[in-house]
Amino acid sequence: MTANKYSVLNTRVHNVDGYAKVTGRATYTFDVKLPGMLYGKILRSPHPHARIISIDPTEALKLPGVRAVVTGKDTLGVKQGIWRRYPELCDEQILTIEKVRYIGEPVAAVAAITEEIAEQALDLIDVQYEVLPFVDDPMEAIKKEAPMIHEGVERNVNVTRHIEWGDVEEAFEEAEYVREDWFKLGGQAHMCMETRATVASYTSDKKLTVYTSTQSPYYHQALLAGVLGLRESDIRVIAHYVGGGFGGKFELDASQFCASVLSMKLSKPVKIVFTREEDFIATKRRTPMYYYVRTGVKKDGTFCARETRVFTNGGAYTGMGATALYLTGFFHSFPYKWKAYRYDGYRVYTNSLPSSSMRGFGAPQAMFCSEQQIDWIAADLGLDIIEIRRKNAHTTGYEVPGQATIGSCGLNQCLDRIEQWIKAKGTLPKNRAIGISAAGFMTGGIFNWFDSPYSFSSAVVTINYDGVVELHVGAQDIGQGSNTTLAMICAEALGVKLENIKVHSGDTDHCPADLGAWGSRQTLMAGNATKMAAEDAKKQLLEFASAKFGYNIIYDLDIKDNWVHNVARPERGMNYVDLVKEALRGKDGQRIIGRGHYTPHRKGMISPAYSYMVQAVEAEIDVETGKLSIINCTTAHDCGQPINTLGLIGQLEGAASMAAGYGYLENMPVEDGKVMNPNLVDYKIIRAPDMPECEIIEIDTYEPEGPYGAKEAGEGLTNPTAAALGNAIFHATGLQMKQAPIMSEMIVNAFKEKKKEGGTR
Amino acid sequence: MEKQLLRFLVNDQEYELFINPKTLLVEALRDHLGFAGAKRGCDTASCGVCTVMVNGMAVKGCSVLAVQVNGMNITTVEGLEKDGKLDPVQAAFLDEGAFQCGFCTSGMIMSARAFLNETPAPKDTMEIRRGIEGNLCRCTGYNSIVRAIDAVAKGKYREGA
Ligand code: FES
Ligand code: FES
Repeated sequence: MTANKYSVLNTRVHNVDGYAKVTGRATYTFDVKLPGMLYGKILRSPHPHARIISIDPTEALKLPGVRAVVTGKDTLGVKQGIWRRYPELCDEQILTIEKVRYIGEPVAAVAAITEEIAEQALDLIDVQYEVLPFVDDPMEAIKKEAPMIHEGVERNVNVTRHIEWGDVEEAFEEAEYVREDWFKLGGQAHMCMETRATVASYTSDKKLTVYTSTQSPYYHQALLAGVLGLRESDIRVIAHYVGGGFGGKFELDASQFCASVLSMKLSKPVKIVFTREEDFIATKRRTPMYYYVRTGVKKDGTFCARETRVFTNGGAYTGMGATALYLTGFFHSFPYKWKAYRYDGYRVYTNSLPSSSMRGFGAPQAMFCSEQQIDWIAADLGLDIIEIRRKNAHTTGYEVPGQATIGSCGLNQCLDRIEQWIKAKGTLPKNRAIGISAAGFMTGGIFNWFDSPYSFSSAVVTINYDGVVELHVGAQDIGQGSNTTLAMICAEALGVKLENIKVHSGDTDHCPADLGAWGSRQTLMAGNATKMAAEDAKKQLLEFASAKFGYNIIYDLDIKDNWVHNVARPERGMNYVDLVKEALRGKDGQRIIGRGHYTPHRKGMISPAYSYMVQAVEAEIDVETGKLSIINCTTAHDCGQPINTLGLIGQLEGAASMAAGYGYLENMPVEDGKVMNPNLVDYKIIRAPDMPECEIIEIDTYEPEGPYGAKEAGEGLTNPTAAALGNAIFHATGLQMKQAPIMSEMIVNAFKEKKKEGGTR
Repeated sequence: MEKQLLRFLVNDQEYELFINPKTLLVEALRDHLGFAGAKRGCDTASCGVCTVMVNGMAVKGCSVLAVQVNGMNITTVEGLEKDGKLDPVQAAFLDEGAFQCGFCTSGMIMSARAFLNETPAPKDTMEIRRGIEGNLCRCTGYNSIVRAIDAVAKGKYREGA
């Protein structure tokens, strides 16, 4: 262990929002109550596909306590989407006017003096539908004879994506072994503990304040402006505390839109909170996919070519699904060097709830297929599972042709350490095995399909007379700890103690724009902006110090641990707070303000930096019942320079629990367009006794593009677990699991199949 | 429905409410008294974010009616801090980073507190895990929470420790 060269970074500190959270004082949108506030409820479609003939609210409006009913006809009818640069992908009217395309789609909204009355009023709204034929599976929806879900979209193909490099045919010719497999990947609910919630408050001077559970206040400000016909800056989005996001809370949702529309109609605050059932059936989900993978390798395990075709179940609308389609194809090549690679992805509309981004953003599905197939290939060729990966692993400086340049990569060290860990484990009991999976992930997307005119991240640092630093960032803390991480970066860069920093986020009126908390962008992008702002402020302080000290100009000045000093003679200096007091006087009483921003340039197609990891999952399989348990989940992990030690461990453990859920618990069946288990009894997530010990082996690297060498942690680790679990099952039983999540019935059936095959041979 | 009189102690203070008998305990605490630490996360009594203590036992505030706790002693997360000093469980949650978004935290801390009251010396971490089985957390993966509870059980926060 090398000594920590930083004063604040990589130390164990309390989360800056910790007191509020452990004392119950943190106020979420769910808790917001405004004077005169009304409660809203949403009427949803019972049909997967139907034309709306008429909506009659007369009876509902007669119910005492009901204040308004709105339908799509009361809105501007804007078809919106998060890919704003591409109008054809902006396909969702949140209160739909002509057609419903999935069960649960909003058709009307009510505001009343209580939630109960609003709920009763829903039953009194008379909607006449003409039911249409529907299709809920992408392989059916892509057929010529399938019902058309969006006017003019042939075969329901919403988006296609193609990625290719090298000469694929030639590389397959060179291969000495070729294998092909089909996989089926299920959806997954974000299942944030705080369901979607909004309080919208419109006043007749055309100003709208929106408290909402969001990953990106700026996106919601801009999206609401578009659908409501208001100026962006007249909308204030506030999100002080957010009860989880995981990729599900940065598109416009019905709580935000309907509460705003109702509030504008009534000039009263309106609150809408989704029930858990609404959150399951009518938000978005991890994208279900069909994966076809054909891979060619040399007998020694050198990867030659891979050809992949993916059909994703897009559900009714695009949302962030177009990005997931690209990223799954890109990360399916990860983290290996392929001589030639070809990916064709088709996102297909179906009459089911829309699919979109969720932690991992298409990569968990990609790894489930890729990493299991690699183990099967290794078994067929008699190769070692670590060796085959080492042979083909990304390395620092590698260029993924036409896509990305790898600035830092600790993958080989990850493989070494996991190899040692497995060896140290020795022989395992019967029905237990270790499976591994490698993975990598982006550190923030470089894409701007949202068409933001602002920097991707910005920060403002203001230093008060008493030395307290106000850090304003648009980055959103959704529990991942960005407020703490950015406070640490700010303190380190300025050279002050952490308790000098106050972070302000989650309010578009007071914080600079930032694209928000998704795609693992905050540590690197908001981190770089924060570092730049802090350095700007520090420079102003040091200019003053330099003049004051009157040293020879060849000497460097610096601040560390609240001590302003001459670097060559650190004992010579003065207290930071005293310096601030003097500097402010010298500035005619103005506070010191530093500004910082970050937008990536010339960083390839995907991301400025990539994390790497190898995970080993030790699992036990009950061969009678198919029941799985994960005993241990150990990860060697390269996230560059760790910033927030405690937060990092928490992110990695949290990712493992969500990823293990995707591996064997979180089944989300959809039948006839209907989610079959929309409640927390039937939708199972990991509970405390199911959770394995998670050991983290940190691999030291330095990422040149990241603040202090840091890159993402916490999203990438959602990627390997399901694959590693599949590999553990393979090594324990020989079964090849081609469907995620791996449910116990599937294991029992696979055993039966295997027996039958054995019997007839 | 005719309203009923409810008299109970919340965080050692007496309260009287004239309340619809269908009101849930968590609603009475949140909507009538403003103790908003306890949250709601489901409609099926399966997530535990509404957990409070009733006479020292962990109870899901969405699974009992307010009138059922008439005359009883309720503790919510707001009542744990005494004289400006955090309860050891709260302190341990801070030290171990046993929360992320924090939405489950109030309920989780109350379950942990009740568990430790009943089981001051759990025999292993699995017993701790079983003790908080009824509380879902989507963020942390529970291990930091288990470490926090374990630290309290091992006496790290005892006076003078
Ligand atoms: S709200 Fe989920 S258990 Fe009470
Ligand atoms: S901290 Fe977010 S649900 Fe537990």
